[in-house]
Amino acid sequence: MFSTLLIANRGEIACRVIATARRMGIRTVAVYSDADAQSRHVALADAAFHIGAAPASASYLNGAAILAVARRAGAQAVHPGYGFLSENAAFADACAATGLVFVGPPPSAIRAMGGKSEAKALMAQAGVPLVPGYHGAVQDADVLASEAAAIGFPVLIKASAGGGGKGMRVVTAAAEFPAALAAAQREARASFGDDRVLIERYLQRPRHIEIQIFADTHGNVVHLFERDCSIQRRHQKVLEEAPAPGMTPALRAEMGGAAVAAARAVGYAGAGTVEFIVEDGRFYFMEMNTRLQVEHPVTEMITGLDLVEWQLRVAAGEALPWRQDGLALRGHAIEARLYAEDPARDFLPSIGTLTHLRAPDGVRIDTGVRAGDAITPHYDPMIAKLIVHGADRAEAVRRLSVALAGYEVAGVQSNLRLLRAIAAHPDFAAGQFDTGFIARHPDVLAALPAPPLPALAAAAVALLPPYAPLAADPWDAGDAWRMNLDGWHSVVLQGSEGRMVLRASREGAQVTLLRDGQPHTVILRGAALEVDGVLHNVTVLREFGRITVIADGETYVWDSPDPLAPPDTAAAGADRVLSPIPGRIAAVLVSAGDAVARGQALVVLEAMKMELTLSAAVPGIVAAVRCAVGDMVDEGRELVEMAADTAAEQGPAA
Amino acid sequence: MTRLTTSLDPRSEAFQASAAAMAELVADLRAKTAKVAEGGGAVARKRHLSRGKMLPRERVEALLDPGSPFLELSPLAAHGMYGNEVPSAGIITGIGRVAGRECVIVCNDATVKGGTYFPITVKKHLRAQEIAAQNRLPCIYLVDSGGANLPNQDEVFPDRDHFGRIFYNQANLSADGIAQIAVVMGSCTAGGAYVPAMSDESIIVKGQGTIFLAGPPLVKAATGEIVSAEDLGGADVHSRTSGVTDHYAENDAHALGLARRIAGSLNRVKQPQLDLRPPLPPRYDPAELHGIIPVDRRKPFEVREVIARIVDDSAFDEFKRLYGTTLVTGFAHIHGMPVGIVANNGILFSESSLKGAHFIELCASRKIPLVFLQNITGFMVGRKYEAGGIAKDGAKLVTAVATAAVPKFTVIIGGSFGAGNYGMCGRAYAPRLLWMWPNARISVMGGEQAASVLATVRRDGLEARGETWPAEEEEAFKRPIRAQYETQGHPYYASARLWDDGIIDPADTRRVLALGLSAALNAPIETTRFGVFRM
Repeated sequence: MFSTLLIANRGEIACRVIATARRMGIRTVAVYSDADAQSRHVALADAAFHIGAAPASASYLNGAAILAVARRAGAQAVHPGYGFLSENAAFADACAATGLVFVGPPPSAIRAMGGKSEAKALMAQAGVPLVPGYHGAVQDADVLASEAAAIGFPVLIKASAGGGGKGMRVVTAAAEFPAALAAAQREARASFGDDRVLIERYLQRPRHIEIQIFADTHGNVVHLFERDCSIQRRHQKVLEEAPAPGMTPALRAEMGGAAVAAARAVGYAGAGTVEFIVEDGRFYFMEMNTRLQVEHPVTEMITGLDLVEWQLRVAAGEALPWRQDGLALRGHAIEARLYAEDPARDFLPSIGTLTHLRAPDGVRIDTGVRAGDAITPHYDPMIAKLIVHGADRAEAVRRLSVALAGYEVAGVQSNLRLLRAIAAHPDFAAGQFDTGFIARHPDVLAALPAPPLPALAAAAVALLPPYAPLAADPWDAGDAWRMNLDGWHSVVLQGSEGRMVLRASREGAQVTLLRDGQPHTVILRGAALEVDGVLHNVTVLREFGRITVIADGETYVWDSPDPLAPPDTAAAGADRVLSPIPGRIAAVLVSAGDAVARGQALVVLEAMKMELTLSAAVPGIVAAVRCAVGDMVDEGRELVEMAADTAAEQGPAA
Repeated sequence: MTRLTTSLDPRSEAFQASAAAMAELVADLRAKTAKVAEGGGAVARKRHLSRGKMLPRERVEALLDPGSPFLELSPLAAHGMYGNEVPSAGIITGIGRVAGRECVIVCNDATVKGGTYFPITVKKHLRAQEIAAQNRLPCIYLVDSGGANLPNQDEVFPDRDHFGRIFYNQANLSADGIAQIAVVMGSCTAGGAYVPAMSDESIIVKGQGTIFLAGPPLVKAATGEIVSAEDLGGADVHSRTSGVTDHYAENDAHALGLARRIAGSLNRVKQPQLDLRPPLPPRYDPAELHGIIPVDRRKPFEVREVIARIVDDSAFDEFKRLYGTTLVTGFAHIHGMPVGIVANNGILFSESSLKGAHFIELCASRKIPLVFLQNITGFMVGRKYEAGGIAKDGAKLVTAVATAAVPKFTVIIGGSFGAGNYGMCGRAYAPRLLWMWPNARISVMGGEQAASVLATVRRDGLEARGETWPAEEEEAFKRPIRAQYETQGHPYYASARLWDDGIIDPADTRRVLALGLSAALNAPIETTRFGVFRM
């Protein structure tokens, strides 16, 4: 076994690998970018080395720098985690050339699975089922129609050169095929100058089920059962579980066998995942991930194995001690991915400092951040993975709901509500879902409900001035005393739903809060809040002009504005275009003096692999451009200053 | 210090009866105060709000530091006067904290007769300025007024303490370094135009505030010029062209924010000249003050029971405890501030008057503020006492009270009759603040005594002419006199006419004294020069 392991990654997976390595008596070496110098993985490792600037290309994707560190640190092996260099065959080659063990499959296997169409061809040869389809060169309409009939309706016609949905048609019956084909061809020709199409079976309710395989260098390959990762948003997994709901032993054996065959076909070693699409009991190969998956913990929970340990053992040349028929799955596990993102804003990453972070007890939490750490625009905005295990699925789902309700995140927007809504959804509980679940159940993205009384009470109590009847100066009493009248405090809360003014009075520890004219008795009892005789656990966080209240699992964030501030005409107007999130300026599309129309794109901002186009809210003249391509900008930075074009705004003269 | 003990039994029948009677008085006081706090009624409030203006009390609350107390002055001013149609005399005044310092706030209520000045309105405005002058408190005027109430012009305009005195005071307060800040949130017409114009700094609200010597109707009558109020004297005119105002506010809230900013920039620090201590609550619950005053006002009560529920830790070091026992004098702390307390415990005799004068000399010499707890039917009368020189001994007390330059505060907790009112620092003796309990009575003498005196004079005249006066006729003669004294001696009648600065719930006595004392510390305590004491 290795004595020193370099972990060429960051975040939760680096922490995860360090934990196992430490248990195995292996010294760990972390690498870090400028942005990560004080990260959790750096703090956990036995040694840590700086490798470059914050952008991944300069650090975690900088293989040469990482290998140089490995040599300096005396590492014998490199664990690549997931993402970054984990499926980079050239890096795996370079490791070998440097005399380091790459904890992963042989480079040849990475390459074989790296190209999508080549991998599919390879799998077809190995007898692994693919989505039925026609990819032939003959484009005669009759041929295409008979191919479609052979595939079986519904089918999907796609432009061969296509992308972005252009030239794509779903056809549910043979009679509709000719017209749909013609339309798809027309669109394909118009969009790509190429009217060739391919036909595939259209899967209406596909599920994403993947098989965890493990192989050693002694010719042993086993599978560690499946994971169901069908709950996705924008092709990113949200919840993963094992085993898959409704999975039969026969299908499991069949899929497991196919996955093992796939691994054998590429001479695999170590941990890998074969992803399938499943519909109506039939499965089709999608791709193979030649690395550890984000969601590997659910497999660990149902098998009791430590996959990282076995990655290291295999990499060190050990043989797998298990036989397929000796492996059994135990209970049910679910993983929820907690992200710093705003589901209400199309899952835009939420950048900022985790001012507060409290994980529930009694469940597995894999995380790379602590309270006070920042979610930066440079990397994946994952906060943590929460993994529960139960004797059966129902118990696991219950544990998931309870655990999520106990998670507290403040400082950034998180997807906690989405996770809770899914966990509480009857269709999820029934195991009735596919990859379209979130799209079909927009209610799980529902806005925060109106704040309940305990949340309002907690905010009001926190924002009341200090109650000090015995302050040195009686004018500091803080009880809003009035001559022969009731003294009321006004607490102003500015939330996304608008401005609220709460009226509260206070005597000693007791606060009376008015809501809809009704008085409610609120008493602060240590960290808890008693409202009308019921004790609520609430967490209240204050920073600058902002208050965050976490009550009954919901997180409410308000600003406490100065009620006497002048109306902010600048903010109300559209004369300043501000960066909505931190990111990098990818393009500047206008320059000073340009006349722009309403909705015209001004600047393209790149954040977290996403491009965000900022457009003019009103027609006007660009007064100044305050950014340049390549600039890293913070949230709220002014990017473009507009001068209102009053003539344009009023429209054509009547 | 010596801690007072109590013999009050809250379970006793007498206490319960007293407490019930006082609770009724306080409930009525609060109900009346709540009513006047609504200003000019629902229709006027709605109209005011529909113009995008904040209600007067909202303005005051927004101006004050969040959660800070507001020591309102005479909220029941004009109660029962002018057809009872001018609640609070159409003006809110008081002492409040603005940006960390105590200020006098004067806020017109335009929902009450357009915020015009009735005679009592003028008196209330001037009283607020007097308090500002005595305690050196910056003045913030929230102006929204149509000026003098024209039907009452003879009682509002010409005399020394009439409308013009407001601007005289502004000039002299400013001269004395006491900041004058005006926020024009509505009309400032005619004489009212001088409120912002005479201020050190002034703010005007866009679209709401107007300032002109003559409004559009008068301009049209005088010169035929037709001009809108906004063009004649709106925020733009005065902030951009005339320079009558210094700050242009977008709305009421913004204007109040600007006023707070100004108040915060006055560069004044309160420098208390008192040996302050950490405040302690009284050992006995101030709420028990409700149970002390006997239902029958003629019955005496122990004033130390009152003191024990007002002062810190109920600690009271008595001076001359065994001498002149009908006047209780001694040192205590109220909310950490040292005070000398002078409290009636019976009729004033020569000894008690001398004791009082001596004690006031001590306090003046040590620059310790004085608190008078007034419950006095008068000085002792009769041949023996006149011969004993009670007039000159009473005069010593009145001289001491009148000339002591330390801050003085008076609370009328029972009767305030005759010369006792003078000796115990009545309104004429310029206490910084004066309050009445709701059970109090104030008149030149008691109603019964007045009726008897007048009846005796009349009977003497009748008997001199040889006529007789049947007892029932005498009773009929006395009844309206008693009724008149009862009406005119009532705290509501007194407060309506600004004979006091407000009627208070006895349980709030410690609070108002503490706030008043603390506010008084904004002014240096002057050295006293007493007048000639007749020996």
